[in-house]
Amino acid sequence: MRNALPSFSHFLWTSSIPESSHKNRAMAAGDELKLIGNWASSFVARPRIAFNLKGIQYEFLQEEFGKKSDLLLKSNPVHKKIPVLIHGGKPVCESLVIVEYIDQIWSSSGPSILPTDPYDRAVARFWAAYVDDKLTLQFRPFIREADEAAKAQAIEQMVAALQHLEEAFEKCSKGKSFFAGDSIGFVDIALGSLIGWLRAVEVLAGVKLFDEERIPGLAKWAERFCSSDAAMGIIPEPAELVEFSKALRDAFRSAALPSN
Amino acid sequence: MAGEKGVVLLDVWVSPFGQRCRIALAEKGIEYEYREENLAEKSELLVKSNPVNKKIPVLLHDGKPVCESLIILQYIDEVWPHKAPLLPSDPYARAQARFWADYVDKKVYECGTRLWKLKGVLQQEAKEEFIEIAKTLEAELGDKKYFGGDSCFGFVDVALVPFTSWFYSYEANAGFSIEAEAPKLVAWAKRCKQRESVAKTLYDPEKVHEFVGILKKKYGVE
Repeated sequence: MRNALPSFSHFLWTSSIPESSHKNRAMAAGDELKLIGNWASSFVARPRIAFNLKGIQYEFLQEEFGKKSDLLLKSNPVHKKIPVLIHGGKPVCESLVIVEYIDQIWSSSGPSILPTDPYDRAVARFWAAYVDDKLTLQFRPFIREADEAAKAQAIEQMVAALQHLEEAFEKCSKGKSFFAGDSIGFVDIALGSLIGWLRAVEVLAGVKLFDEERIPGLAKWAERFCSSDAAMGIIPEPAELVEFSKALRDAFRSAALPSN
Repeated sequence: MAGEKGVVLLDVWVSPFGQRCRIALAEKGIEYEYREENLAEKSELLVKSNPVNKKIPVLLHDGKPVCESLIILQYIDEVWPHKAPLLPSDPYARAQARFWADYVDKKVYECGTRLWKLKGVLQQEAKEEFIEIAKTLEAELGDKKYFGGDSCFGFVDVALVPFTSWFYSYEANAGFSIEAEAPKLVAWAKRCKQRESVAKTLYDPEKVHEFVGILKKKYGVE
């Protein structure tokens, strides 16, 4: 994995450039990189996978459960949510915005995350937005207090969304391994980051979401994604998330936890 | 999906999401065919072009559909980059613009809708939230002429400006003044209205308010 430039060059900048122009200059690929997040969040997994794809190292600052650090609150005052990427001291927020940013800054490292053709980019952005619109909210009944009806409805929504994504996969992949083709791309990251929680919901609800009969393409894609270098060590085991969901439900009950 | 050459926009006259696309196309001087959709009876072309959501706006470019207004804006910007660029070239500035356009998407329409759809305590809550949103946007604008900068009517400006023609209806329904709470934001809206693309696309606030009245009847709101 290629390292970011050592902090020695960062020191050179700060010692010789007056502060005001240091603040205003554009960030370069070698500047200091921090990612605020935690191990369980699908949204945080997205930039982590992107960094892996690009072979870029960064400092991972894990938030303490139940608390928001001063750095997080200062860096994302609007939403107060993770992930936040801090590049050369400047924050970038919202997981998919961060992934596009990574793709642009490190455009010469690793594969392109977004395609080059504008139409293909629009299609990739559409499906990534679809994942955010239709899937990410459905986890709520499993990490908070919820009745069986709410959980059943969430499962129904997830199954329907995955069906659409199966069709999208067939169209986008054109027989190759990933939505983006031979290597992992934007939609793969957007959806793949959710695999841990989707599998945890399978355990919690006793349903099969990645059903080889209903969604054969995605079922195999999920296996490939999780065993890829880019996702290695990032997608948590379902058992860990099932445990964690208990802690989330307890915390929600005590109304102390700000939601993700 | 092969088809007719050129640009077609499937849209509904009052939709702020559709207006984003109309403004961007006008800013860039792109010729297109506007097709008004009846959402109660969606056209075959709309259903075929956006089978997943069946929503407008949909931009068809040489027959190929692009869906979701902010995605359409980015597509337009990438295909026709030379005139009136919407997104800056610097990656950090682009990330900031995308963040704020996403903020507009997440907050303005949803909260604004609650202002006319709800009553009592829930409406009061929505009003407080909306004021917070307006102040947050105003802080981001700062002293710039536009969100995109002093000389750039950009991505965030186009994303937000259509909602300004709904401000009057929000105010009338919830009983407050957005100008009193966020004067710089309202001043920005007036500046935007001086641009031909905006002036020709946005409807008179009274007309929007009339439309909201129809929606209220439909949803059984007093």
